[in-house]
Amino acid sequence: MALNIVTYIFIGIGLFFNLVGSVGLHRFPDMYTKLHAATKCTTFGSIFLIIAVIMQAANIWAQGGTSQSVMCIHAVLALVALLITNATGAHAIARTAYRSGEKPAKAVVDDLEKKEND
Amino acid sequence: MNWFPAVIVLVVCIIICVARILMGPGAPTRLVAFDTTNTLVVASLVIAGMMFNHAIFIDVAIVYALLSFTMTLYVAKYIGGGKF
Repeated sequence: MALNIVTYIFIGIGLFFNLVGSVGLHRFPDMYTKLHAATKCTTFGSIFLIIAVIMQAANIWAQGGTSQSVMCIHAVLALVALLITNATGAHAIARTAYRSGEKPAKAVVDDLEKKEND
Repeated sequence: MNWFPAVIVLVVCIIICVARILMGPGAPTRLVAFDTTNTLVVASLVIAGMMFNHAIFIDVAIVYALLSFTMTLYVAKYIGGGKF
């Protein structure tokens, strides 16, 4: 089936990016690059994983499944919640890390400091 | 469809992130690792709902995503201090 092949490809992309995000969380030197790697990669991977679930549930729903309709619609809601909360949470974390005095590892110029003093 | 290996890989990712929560230097790094763990838990809950064929897992995933977002914001406010 073509849909199963597409679903396996989507699951592969999602798992690869989730794994890359987790490894990047370990390997990068300071907090801002860790945030960059972890948040972007895991959001992208989770989008693909949930889209794979949505496709399979919609396929079973189209063939006459009953509980899969609820599953498909709620998976879309979970995707929307994930998209909104991840970006906003990452923004809040970056701002609070700067305000608590955390500096980037090899930073030379800090433009934000000048801006906050004005 | 065989969803079980996907859940296994996601659990490995979650274990890596929890290790960074335990090791990480400083509170903001721990908060980043915590946020990443929440994202991975939401994805694995959705896949578990499809795997066990229960829609209740996906409802739990929605509520978990919203509550973990609230908790991330409050911990960020606590760490940052001052006006928010």
